[in-house]
Amino acid sequence: MSSARDEILERIRDAMGGSTPAREADYDAIPRNYVRQGSLDVDARLELLVDRLHDYGATVFHSQEGEVATAVAAALRASGKMSLLIPRDLPRAWLPDGFHFFREGASYQEVDASEGVLTDCALAIAATGSIVLRHSAGEARRALSLIPDYHLCVVFAGQVVETVPEGIQQMKAFANIPITTIAGPSATADIEMIRVKGVHGPRTFDVILVE
Amino acid sequence: MSTYVGDAANAPKFQVAAKALVRDTQVRHNVRHATDVIRKKRAKVVGEMPDWEQLRESGHEIKQHTLRHLDFYLEQFERTCTAAGGMVHWARDADEANSIVVGLVKAQQAKEVIKVKTMTSDEIRLNVALEANGITPYETDLADLIVQLGEDKPSHIVVPALHRNRMEIRRIFLDKMNLTELGDKPEDLAAAARAYLREKFLRVPVAISGANFAIADTGSVCVVESEGNGRMCISLPKVLISLIGIEKVIPSFQDLEVYLQTLPRSATGERMNPYNSIWTGVTPEDGPQEFHVVLLDNGRTKVLGDREARETLDCIRCGACLNACPVYRQTGGHAYGSVYGGPIGAILTPQLQSMEHSQTLPYASSLCGACYEVCPVKINIPEILVHLRHKVVERGDAPLEERMAMKVAAYALQSPEHLDRARKLGRIGQVPFVSKGTISHLPFGLDAWTGIRDLPAIPKESFREWWVKREREVG
Repeated sequence: MSSARDEILERIRDAMGGSTPAREADYDAIPRNYVRQGSLDVDARLELLVDRLHDYGATVFHSQEGEVATAVAAALRASGKMSLLIPRDLPRAWLPDGFHFFREGASYQEVDASEGVLTDCALAIAATGSIVLRHSAGEARRALSLIPDYHLCVVFAGQVVETVPEGIQQMKAFANIPITTIAGPSATADIEMIRVKGVHGPRTFDVILVE
Repeated sequence: MSTYVGDAANAPKFQVAAKALVRDTQVRHNVRHATDVIRKKRAKVVGEMPDWEQLRESGHEIKQHTLRHLDFYLEQFERTCTAAGGMVHWARDADEANSIVVGLVKAQQAKEVIKVKTMTSDEIRLNVALEANGITPYETDLADLIVQLGEDKPSHIVVPALHRNRMEIRRIFLDKMNLTELGDKPEDLAAAARAYLREKFLRVPVAISGANFAIADTGSVCVVESEGNGRMCISLPKVLISLIGIEKVIPSFQDLEVYLQTLPRSATGERMNPYNSIWTGVTPEDGPQEFHVVLLDNGRTKVLGDREARETLDCIRCGACLNACPVYRQTGGHAYGSVYGGPIGAILTPQLQSMEHSQTLPYASSLCGACYEVCPVKINIPEILVHLRHKVVERGDAPLEERMAMKVAAYALQSPEHLDRARKLGRIGQVPFVSKGTISHLPFGLDAWTGIRDLPAIPKESFREWWVKREREVG
């Protein structure tokens, strides 16, 4: 008896009936006449991102290079949080005095008991308001930005691309690392198509935009 | 070992099931409301894309290319996924896939599994197989949870509980979650699901997912979702098993740039769904340390073999065709007797079963073309419906009335003499049924037409007869 693998591959070859065009040329011939490159200048691009984030109900705190800690403090006061989990390699300089920050390493239950999490990101896509996490030392393992009810994310202006194709192009470079893209807080419309924010992921998702 | 699509082989004919369902005004109201909302949102976010048609075209062409080289891309995916620490299994049919998954869960000595929404698992009736082996599956998508706790069936491929309203859901949750109090606002119901499932996410060691895309060049798997239950299932348990239809493979990571634009806009009318998870094999210190992929055929290679219907396998399961379909909007999904309802279900379900069951589904359409128009990968569903009707007839499975009517028509249209003779016979035959120039009731079989519309009577004089007479009189 042949293996399932061999039999399925055999069925496929039978179904396609022998002659198929050379694969690489066939792939290159796929038409790609959609927009693959953005056209907005930096200001318009950031404005688009902020508009999309607001559309999802995220709060955006504006900040300057070197003043991230001030924005973090403002975000924590606005959301009434006193302590946050942080990834291993998050810069010390981002952490304001007067609040508690815990480096990751906690069990799921401990993460579940936390008030929230502060991370950075790999890139952001303006057209869709997507924030992309590459689950490395600065963005933490996946559980950390998922289990807590509050996620505060730092985005630098230079990390923002305009279109989805530009974003995917960058993501491909670290495709071997787990990737999460986030467009607003966890949501469902499964009940009468009414959008409810916050089912299993963080119910509140806020962004610090550093220009 | 056998191939099946849920319990579709035992489902009643579409026309019979639909008749009962259209009388259920609550279901019709719920379905109409839900599909109206999604259609409106979809139209808005699709309308703002200047390159929508180009994206559809590319989405179609990438899938067609992949199918032409499916053997290559599956083997490539197997290589890249394995190199990243994943384990790839192949399943010829539903039974084989179930036994692989059950075996993997048993190897962990797990008595429970958490599941991310996967229609493919409903297709192979995985939950039934798990339960038969003493394993309790917990559905974690809110709509799937409603369906599971309500001992119900999914009625839509994206929003499986759209036939239920909030009062019905509240009753199900109160009953099955052992709650004493529960509000009826969607927020209350979502919060109840959050509380019910959270403990399971943190505790249950094995998860089962589907996949939206399996990426050949990187070995990555992509799951598209909204609630965060997907992220929970793919990143918290010790072991993850992904059940993936062989048509879900795409050549390159870069190809996501097309589908991650068209899928969310088509499925839920969002520019982007809240979460996409992409992972590649196993990552030390992050997420499951054992990752299995089960590649499923279950009739897909049969579909591949039919050149005219092959593009059925392009489907990315967005559900836009269901929302657009005037038939689905009247009957809801249960009438189709399959986990795949609506226009895509009407072509996919019978084909997966080698046209041996569900033969009435290709007739569950008015061929209006709305499904084709909204399809983000340009599957020409109306053309395939007609093609499958042809196959049903060739198999001799068309209804007796239709076969007889076609025989009569074939005779009558063979020559002008035959047509004249048939007309004369018809004039005599129709006498008992004509009233004021129309026929409202025909007997036996023929009432399929007159049951819902009138038929004009054959006139005393046809145009051809009048013309011959006129030529004689003038000439």
